[in-house]
Amino acid sequence: MQQKDVLPMKAEKADKRLSAKPVISGSEAVIRSLIAEGVDTIFGYPGGAIMPIYDALYDFQDKVHHILVRHEQGATHAAQGYARSSGKVGVAFATSGPGATNLVTGLADAYMDSTPMVCITGQVAASLLGTDAFQETDVIGITMPITKWNIQVTRQEDIPGAIAKAFYIARSGRPGPVLVDITKNAQVGECEYEYVPCKHIRSYQPVPELRLDAVKEAAALINAAKKPYLLVGHGVLLSGAEKELIALAEKAQIPMASTLLGLSAVPVDHPLYVGLLGMHGNYAPNILTGECDTVIAVGMRFDDRVTGDVSTYVANAKVIHIEIDAAEINKIIKADVALHADAKTALQALLKEVQPARHEEWLAEFRAADKKEYDKVQHGELYPETGELKMAEVVRLISEKTKGEAVLVTDVGQHQMIASRYYRFKNPNTNITSGGMGTMGFSLPAAMGAKMGTPEKEVVAVIGDGCFQMTLQELGTIYQSKIGVKIVILNNNFLGMVRQWQQLFFDKRYSSTEMVNPDFVQIAKGFFIPGKKVTAREDISAAIDEMLATDGAYLLEVVVEKEDNVFPMIPAGTPVTTIRLE
Amino acid sequence: MQKEYTVTVYTEDRIGITNRITIIFTRRGINITSLTTAETEIPGVFKFIITVMSTREKLDKVVGQIERLIEIHRAFVHEEEEVVYQELALYKISTKSLESGDIERLIRDHQARILTITADYFVIEKTGHQQELTAFIKKLEPYGLIEYSKSGRVAIVKWSRRFHDHLKELQASSEA
Repeated sequence: MQQKDVLPMKAEKADKRLSAKPVISGSEAVIRSLIAEGVDTIFGYPGGAIMPIYDALYDFQDKVHHILVRHEQGATHAAQGYARSSGKVGVAFATSGPGATNLVTGLADAYMDSTPMVCITGQVAASLLGTDAFQETDVIGITMPITKWNIQVTRQEDIPGAIAKAFYIARSGRPGPVLVDITKNAQVGECEYEYVPCKHIRSYQPVPELRLDAVKEAAALINAAKKPYLLVGHGVLLSGAEKELIALAEKAQIPMASTLLGLSAVPVDHPLYVGLLGMHGNYAPNILTGECDTVIAVGMRFDDRVTGDVSTYVANAKVIHIEIDAAEINKIIKADVALHADAKTALQALLKEVQPARHEEWLAEFRAADKKEYDKVQHGELYPETGELKMAEVVRLISEKTKGEAVLVTDVGQHQMIASRYYRFKNPNTNITSGGMGTMGFSLPAAMGAKMGTPEKEVVAVIGDGCFQMTLQELGTIYQSKIGVKIVILNNNFLGMVRQWQQLFFDKRYSSTEMVNPDFVQIAKGFFIPGKKVTAREDISAAIDEMLATDGAYLLEVVVEKEDNVFPMIPAGTPVTTIRLE
Repeated sequence: MQKEYTVTVYTEDRIGITNRITIIFTRRGINITSLTTAETEIPGVFKFIITVMSTREKLDKVVGQIERLIEIHRAFVHEEEEVVYQELALYKISTKSLESGDIERLIRDHQARILTITADYFVIEKTGHQQELTAFIKKLEPYGLIEYSKSGRVAIVKWSRRFHDHLKELQASSEA
């Protein structure tokens, strides 16, 4: 490691720094470029190859808040949570080698879930590239299939341009993660600095042009439909099209169902909202996909957890697919009419062409199916009077006590499905979960990021006992950076979802799913985070009150029924209409 | 139904672009049987010509995912009848073999030509489709074939005029 030059700056050098195109180090150019992009929060972890950038950061502490995470994976998930709650681009820093490889899971997660993120990694000096130098890894090669774009910068004068492109690509079109790898020589070398935001890349068209004839065709299908059906995806939130979506639904009285990542685009209590799609979604929206005659899929990609058996999915319906990413159109489900466009633009155009309509009988079918699920599943889950605590009643209480206005951050597994099913979202962008990747360990760091992105909101992380132990070191970050997240561990001492599958499909052979867990409250205490463990029904309400009344972070461990199952359920690869209530 | 297709991809000139394209085939388990790349008539724009054995349905999706890459202009799948294509092969033969048999007749009949002659060997060039080029190997074997080398496919798309206009516009706009 070279020692930093600590001598007082020469007058000549100071003059250069103040001129219109100041001459500064590549590292300072990194920080100034980020500030020019509006970045005020960075999640990261220093190390040898990124030290010059951290050194430059030292002079900008009044403008940029760096959150020192405890593992680089945590930096990526925090940046994701930040991006998903605030709508801004999340930023993560890591060093070369292991620092860079630790970003892989978060990059893959952000790529699957279309999350705008810019990761900056340090790299060995350009002269050492390809020589197996200390902490050298080919992060560009490694992350090529899991980033929207990546670039290695080996010359300091290319840094501002690369960062400008990175932000433009990350946030435009279908958002996604971008990685900028900067060699050490470029970080320390000096260059003239000028920041020009990127507005156009000639080989990249993020905003497709909406074809009006396709809008007319789509409207004709909707106007002729007896049983139209809106499938609401993440794209609605990403394009900020919630109002247009609801206006369309109301005008033609079309029921709306949501994908996992589309949750919170429509308030759960909206009369036309019919619930969650997919494997553990609600009964009505799944079973009735077999009945609808026209599907309007908005900003969603027909994931296999939504479609089940593709050959039978919406087989009786005309499909209108509104999608900004051309590669998603006809990838899984053939579209009768494809609107290759931003969701907001497409819905605005469609709204003008769609005629007011009523679909009383069709909507009544949803209510009838809903009642079936409520009686068979929900009532018992939400309001049990005897037996061990149930995940659903805990989520119901959190939902009631936060009035559905908290940012709910969930991990992966049974607790995720239960929380997604029973939290009554009121406002857009308040559901943050790992959907496409299903990354266990996502939620604790993502909740930190969400809280940093929207500090005015209550952020509640609902986590399983298995997931919590994948990234629990971030409690250190929460303590050090005073991040007021509420952590609820729904502890069944099992990897619950895997156990459920073992019970249903593997003859109850519980291979490596039972967990012997530590004392979670003691662990929190070790990080100076207050907490409580609840095992009895009569204590849960007061414990949630205490958690929400606490100023700052709090960990609530709730011991729930050990071998509970999530229903309804569509067994993998079977038609959605085979959805089981028990 | 699996059959041979030609995929053409127009790209920016960027380090690693080959890798970005090929991993999309790799992910779906599609083997690339030949790959040719060179700069087009527009400076800075490259054309990849890739041949694969696959199905139309799969390749339409692959091409969509290739086009999604930031530095890709366009990508297309072509059926055999949509392209005019050619491959080039070089054959190195021992000069001694010139004394035996009628190699001159063979070269004339197959519209091949001699590129160079040294005391030890000479090199024949022949263009054509893969089957013709490999068939020519059989013919040359009696003369002592030392080495054989063949290029990937070079193809011209029969209906591609409009896209080339687009490329020209692109060039004009980046020069403006």
